This record gives sequence, structure tokens and C-alpha cells, in this order.
Amino acid sequence: MIKDFYDVVVIGAGPAGSVSGRYAASKGASVLILERDREAGIPVRCAEGVSHNGIESFIEIDQKWIASKIDVAWLHAPGGEVATMHNNGTGYVLERRIFDTELCHLAVNAGAELLMKANATGLEFDGKKITGVKYRYQGKDKVVKCSIVIGADGVESRVGRWAGINTALALNDLDTCVQYTVSGYKQDGDACHFYFGKDVAPGGYVWIFPKSKGVANIGIGISGDKAAGKGPKEYLDEFMAREFPDLQVNYIVYGGVPTAWGLKKYIDNNIMLVGDAARQVNPITGGGIVQAMIAARYAGNVAADAVGKSDFSSSFLMRYHKEWYAKLGSAQKTMYAMKEKFMCMDDSRFDKLVNICQNIPEGEFSLKRLFSEAMKGDPKLIADIAKAFVVSKIKLK
Amino acid sequence: MRINTELCDICGTCVSVCPVDAIRVEEFRVWIDAEKCIECGKCEQVCPARAISGGKK
Repeated sequence: MIKDFYDVVVIGAGPAGSVSGRYAASKGASVLILERDREAGIPVRCAEGVSHNGIESFIEIDQKWIASKIDVAWLHAPGGEVATMHNNGTGYVLERRIFDTELCHLAVNAGAELLMKANATGLEFDGKKITGVKYRYQGKDKVVKCSIVIGADGVESRVGRWAGINTALALNDLDTCVQYTVSGYKQDGDACHFYFGKDVAPGGYVWIFPKSKGVANIGIGISGDKAAGKGPKEYLDEFMAREFPDLQVNYIVYGGVPTAWGLKKYIDNNIMLVGDAARQVNPITGGGIVQAMIAARYAGNVAADAVGKSDFSSSFLMRYHKEWYAKLGSAQKTMYAMKEKFMCMDDSRFDKLVNICQNIPEGEFSLKRLFSEAMKGDPKLIADIAKAFVVSKIKLK
Repeated sequence: MRINTELCDICGTCVSVCPVDAIRVEEFRVWIDAEKCIECGKCEQVCPARAISGGKK
């Protein structure tokens, strides 16, 4: 039975929402999570790759949501050269449908309540103060009152906008994506692949994440500002015709990935934003699951502490903003500056980068090593990357 | 702006770039509010399913 009031209402039951709900509930707050769809994690709009190190502190590793283990990444340069990159630790390709449901179970076990097929439609205000969430449920308009709203409503987030936080993305801060899950994939099951180049995926890349035997996620993201003419599906179909003409597509999904550095503010009075909704996505890789869960743990804990102190002001909730910023938010700015550099690099520069990666021995790959190798081989390239770092440092002040 | 519901995958990519919060997503349908829409065409440009048309060029 849904109550009239909860300390915390979370909008969205993806990893950001279920993890924030779990931490808030486990510290004693009453929590309701609203999910628009019939099931968390469905439809899967995700390449499903994560690192073991990234997720292990949030969930006990369970084979039931691991499709495959990844040990190596192949980088394919536009000119055809290939470099292999060994991960620092194992990577997984997830079954998001099962993974997201498991995260929901953890939230519920911690005491959170979950309402499916409940579509948030707006915020309830008393003057300027947020006092609840309006939602549509089984054909009726409903309201649930609360002290804190956590917006975890994904790339299509509107919760921030309702609260006056501008989350609209610039075209160059969004990748427009298509993914095929294919059968008949014959390559190594423990290797993921990334293909770069302006004719392959302008401003983005093509990825391959193998899942079970013969099955793989093959997808593409291209920068939104480069999508006016040819769209991502046309680029992906060209890629498939060239590289894998015999594979059958058994699942097709579209989606968008934020590639911004984040938001100027993640909170305001009575509201917090988390995950894709807060643009907490690695702007170079487009990976967001681990970022979302890290942010969600901070947000959930701070929300529960706010309930304990009955202080829901932005100055109290600011602790979440600061903890996120200290952990990853400032690194995001550096990554963003690098992304901007990559965006204006031509294909020959990508060839050069892959060349440099080829010279790094197995197991010694790190950004630091990449820079030191780049320094030897191509001082101008390292100068470009260094500039990106300097720019990001200046922006930080 | 018009959404071709036969092409739309309800992914919400359009919402993320809308500068005036004119688009809303339901479980089975995306709606553009014609009164708020300024026809800037950003949603059309980023729609991965190419389901949106009618923006100013």
C-alpha cells in the first residue's frame, strides 16, 4: 500500500535510482521508488560493459547477471592498425535486465518501496518549495508527498528541469546511438572491440561486447552535432555490411548517451539528481553504470542524514555535490577536455594514437604510460593532450 | 515537429536536447507539446531512429 508521504521519493529504478533508494532506506529513511516502465532494466539501452572493480562494492558478484568476462580490448584505428589493451582487472558484460532487477531487490530488502508503471509527471510545490511528486498510475493522476526528491530518470530526465536545474544537453554533448544484439558472432568471447574514424563513427565509436557464445552487442554512438545528415543506424549498417555481413540481428535498440562533464549543480532545496539524469557519465567512453552507483551511494546517504537532521536545504544536500565532485566530478572535467581534443582530431592522429598503444607492453597500459610513450613518438600529440589537461585545470578554479 | 510513432523507439534521446522541455515520454509513447515547441530541430537531428521531422532548417 503506497503511503501519502515518504522521506525520499526516487524517480527511476535504474542503477542510479535503486542504489540511492537502497542507501537512503538502509540508514532509516522511508523511501518510495517510482518506475515508469513495467520492469527495471527493460528495454536494455546499454552496451552492458562494466569493470569488476567498479561494481564489486555495490553488489555481490553473481553469475546470473554476468553474460561474459572480458580480458582484453582491441582498438581499431581508421587506417586498419590494431592495438590490444589489457584491462586493469576483469571486465564484465552484464545482463542488464537481471542486474537491474537484482539492484531493485537490494533496495527493497533495505526497506525501500517500489511502484512500477508509475510515470512521474511533475513536482508538487508549496510556493517555491518542493513538497512532493505528481505521477500517473493506472490511468489516474496521483501525488505523493516527500521531503526529498531524487531524480534518477535517465538521459531523458525532466526532474531537474521541473526544479529549475537546466539539464538540456548541447548537441556535441550527446551521442546518438544504435545497438544490435547479434547471433552468429564468431570472434573471441573474451575480447571487446572499439572502432574509430570519421567514416566509421564521427565523434564517437563502434563497440563490440561479446555476450554468451555467438551473441554480441554491436553498437555505435556518433556525436549529436555530426548527425544532421547520416544517422547512427546508417553508419552502423555500413559497418555491419563491411565487417559482419552474415550476422543476424535479434535485438535492436536506440538511445542517447550524455557526454557532458556533468552539471553546475546536482542539488537544490529538497532535490538531488543522480546518474544519467545528472550527466554523470564518462564523456570519453560513455560508460555510466559505475558513475551512477558511486553518485547514488553519496546521494542516498546524504538524503538519509538530511532526514535525520530535518534539514533539506541545498546547503545541507551540497555535501552530496561535494563528495561526488571530490571522487569523480573533477576527473570528469579532465576527461571532457580530452573528449573535446579527440573530437577535433583527424583520422591520422587516431592512427598515431593506436600506434603508440601498440608499443606499450601487455599489462602496463595506463594513461600515464600512454602519455610517456606519446612523448617519445609524437611530441605534438602529447602537447595537444597536455593542453587539454591544463585547460581543465584552469576551468576548475 | 512530428513524431512517426511507427519509427519511434521511445528512447528519450530527444528529451535530453530539448531546450524548452517540450517533450515528454510515457511507457509506450513520446509526445511533443506544440505550444512549448520552438521547432529548433535539435530533437530531429539527434533522434537515432529518425522518427522526428518538421524542424526549421
